[in-house]
Amino acid sequence: MEEIFDPVCIDKEAIDSMDVVYDKTPLLTDAPMHYCPGCGHGIAHKMLMEVIAEMGIQEQTIGVAPVGCSVFAYHYMDVDMQEAAHGRACAVATGIKRVRPDKFVFTYQGDGDLAAIGTAETIHAVNRGENILVLFINNAIYGMTGGQMAPTSLQNQVTSTSPYGRDTKFTGAPLKMTELVAHLPGAYYVTRQAVNNVNSVRRLKKAIRTALEYQKDNNGTCFIEVISNCPSGYRMTPLQSMRWIEENMFSVFPLGDIKVPGKGGAVS
Amino acid sequence: MENNENVRLMKGNEAMAEAAIRAGMDAYFGYPITPQSEVLEYLTAEIPKRHGIVLQAESEVAAINMIYGAAGAGARVMTSSSSPGFSLMQEGISYIASAQLPCLLVNVNRGGPGLGTIQPSQGDYFQATKGGGHGDYHMYVLAPASVQEMADHVFEGFRIAEKYRLPAMILSDGALGQMMEKVILPEEGSLPKETPEWGTTGKPKTRERNIITSLFIQPEKMEEINLGLQRKYQALRSEIKFEEYCLDDAEYILTAYGLAARISKKAVDILREQGIKAGLFRPITVYPFPSEQLEHHAVHARFILDVEMNAGQMVEDVRLAVNGETPVYFKGRMGGMIPTPAEIVEAVMTKINVLEESLV
Amino acid sequence: MIKGYIIAQTELCKGCELCIDACPQESLRLSPNLNKKGYRYVELYKDNCTGCTNCGIICPDSVITVYRENKKKKKQAEA
Repeated sequence: MEEIFDPVCIDKEAIDSMDVVYDKTPLLTDAPMHYCPGCGHGIAHKMLMEVIAEMGIQEQTIGVAPVGCSVFAYHYMDVDMQEAAHGRACAVATGIKRVRPDKFVFTYQGDGDLAAIGTAETIHAVNRGENILVLFINNAIYGMTGGQMAPTSLQNQVTSTSPYGRDTKFTGAPLKMTELVAHLPGAYYVTRQAVNNVNSVRRLKKAIRTALEYQKDNNGTCFIEVISNCPSGYRMTPLQSMRWIEENMFSVFPLGDIKVPGKGGAVS
Repeated sequence: MENNENVRLMKGNEAMAEAAIRAGMDAYFGYPITPQSEVLEYLTAEIPKRHGIVLQAESEVAAINMIYGAAGAGARVMTSSSSPGFSLMQEGISYIASAQLPCLLVNVNRGGPGLGTIQPSQGDYFQATKGGGHGDYHMYVLAPASVQEMADHVFEGFRIAEKYRLPAMILSDGALGQMMEKVILPEEGSLPKETPEWGTTGKPKTRERNIITSLFIQPEKMEEINLGLQRKYQALRSEIKFEEYCLDDAEYILTAYGLAARISKKAVDILREQGIKAGLFRPITVYPFPSEQLEHHAVHARFILDVEMNAGQMVEDVRLAVNGETPVYFKGRMGGMIPTPAEIVEAVMTKINVLEESLV
Repeated sequence: MIKGYIIAQTELCKGCELCIDACPQESLRLSPNLNKKGYRYVELYKDNCTGCTNCGIICPDSVITVYRENKKKKKQAEA
């Protein structure tokens, strides 16, 4: 045990002479988050809400949260939201955007939701170039239901439904939805970001800002994959889980822009 | 002949589509499936010249979820499909019922089960009235028996759905959808419409955020939601509709809805010509079912013959309503076969003979 | 050295240590005390914080508010 060092006592006057340089965004509610300690969802929620706050578009934003750990997102995101059936967020968002074309619409989906049961809805929404932001949180596992294998689970990754390690010959390889949708002409801006450290989180925020700015121009779907962690599902500590995604996921799911308007990208 | 602009000779499917535009429908999301693809075809041709959105989805699963989103955003929305398509929509309908979203769903019933046939059928009665998705929920279900009613029920369906905040269904069939008849179309724009304040339209500073959800993780809350739904279904009984044909002095009552009711009406005429006092009780809303009204007639009847194009589904509701007051028999055709008036007359006569012999 | 400070809503902290890992000054640690949920919460235990906001940004539960010295205000306070 390191020797007990009493914490720096708060010196009231010192604080008065300081500015607040970072604080919780008002667009996150006071509801304590149910996410496990160190889960990337909280970070992704925060970046999204910070951007919506900075763009001043709270009054024009409608979000869609599907089934998964983030099913309760509407307890935390202070914008009008709809909860979609598992896999159907992109269809629900299509319905919203088509009748409210002047609003900013986003979906916030996990890998099971977007890359398994919702594959068709995702691909067709992007293929139609629905003018929405798809925020795709990929932690290669089904968190909410207790750590089962996902379509993006890695070769030999141990999960509660691949207890001997995922055998990709038997269950398929990690599904690269982002590269898949990047090929669709309807995809306007496609990038893969992460929440493994502060630099990645800053880049994620920039990508979300870019995507929501693009949404004003009505040029097609903006698709942001966020490589995230799942401490409970991986049976690891939060820090170990962040190292795990760096050492294992990034090689399979390389970070960076995949399709940027004007710069071509995966396919011109 | 009135050459009024509203009078047309139209297919049932197209009359519904035209009525939907006239009802101020904001959006239609659908998918091709025989025997109702004309609805989508008509709308894709007409809507660009008129108003609203029409979008062909990649599946009925996607279509019903687009309905969920658009309805949740406060729009007047509709979809149409046929039996197999509706099986795919059941999950979405359960979510829509639980999230209390108004929308109009049109099932142009075809022969089943499975891929079945494209001929007319009433095999989806249970799915429509008992709820084909998970959980305790119902839809307000109208059963048209003519092209005129298919058009009228579009207005009525939207009105009830929005008044009570639930999915309303038009339970039609392949024949009604495909046949042409004279129809007096409702007046364009005569159905008032306003954006509901519970819709997700973007949260202004002046209100809390709106949340459209069917997730209530605390059982106490989920039960509260369910109790609310049951109160709603009870209140819906004031919207029951039915038709009584030659029932005043009827000794033998036919019960039937939709196409089967039209055929049964002809059978009643034939029987009446032969001096047989027959009559027809036709539910127009098959949910909520007109139980009390039917029971009121049943006490005077020597027996009831239920006529359907399935293996016997509404007959169960008839028996529940009649509650043993009088025998309830069944005459049905399946697989897309349509009963003829003669068949029905024969079935009634057989039962009368059996009854007469038993009295001798 | 710029002076910085953090205040954490200790009852909402889940002791995940992401902020501790992100702090370039290593001025954060988990307190030996527990909050009501039984988590050891984060606390500043050195006076070398620069107010760089790394901890605030990475915190999944947004419990950390970061302060940084404002030269002007400090002069006025001393005057």
